[in-house]
Amino acid sequence: MMFVAAILAVLAALILTVVRALKGPTVFDRLLAANSVGTAAILLLALFGFMTGRPEFLDIGLLYALLNVIGTLAVLKFFRYGSLGHGGEEEAET
Amino acid sequence: MSLGTVADFASWVLLVAGGFFFLVGAVGLNRMPDVFARMHAVSVGDTLGAGLLIAGMALQSGPTLVTLKLLLILLVIWFTGPVATHALARAALQDKLLPLVADSSGKLVEGDPETVAPRASARPANQETESSKP
Repeated sequence: MMFVAAILAVLAALILTVVRALKGPTVFDRLLAANSVGTAAILLLALFGFMTGRPEFLDIGLLYALLNVIGTLAVLKFFRYGSLGHGGEEEAET
Repeated sequence: MSLGTVADFASWVLLVAGGFFFLVGAVGLNRMPDVFARMHAVSVGDTLGAGLLIAGMALQSGPTLVTLKLLLILLVIWFTGPVATHALARAALQDKLLPLVADSSGKLVEGDPETVAPRASARPANQETESSKP
């Protein structure tokens, strides 16, 4: 029952985050919201696994945590350089 | 009162507090005036909220492999969240987005580039300052 309460709170937070992702004036607002949605998804997976007594869901949550940060950084790099194939900081001078 | 009851009660407190802080972060994401203030609001939910929720779950699973995985998830969230937010703020400044500041009458105006982000304003667009050293 305690997990249900936590799941409801995270779901409500998820809805508010999606609202910001939909109406965010700049692309950075949307990215911030997307990152937050990722965190909410990880916590939802973990809480759902505990609620149903199947902690195997934690492995999926761990995978989502790793994908989340890679996705955010990739999109940021895309918006900074206009492509994902750009090299490191040293090449920025060219 | 047995040990299990105490652990259950502590789990309740931690899970409810974690859900509360996560919700506060999401409300702040909607009510803050600009991107930089919103990052600040979200960081509450992503660190304190997630930390309390995972602590509450860890109390329920006891000293098992499940707890280790929970702590691993928490570690990943705690390390990657600030990194992503830092990159986001840097990219926003690079994109000539400036934080809002309050003027003398308390109204929110766009900050003066010289004081709010001296390094971002000093560098021309699409050029790095730090990377110039060999």
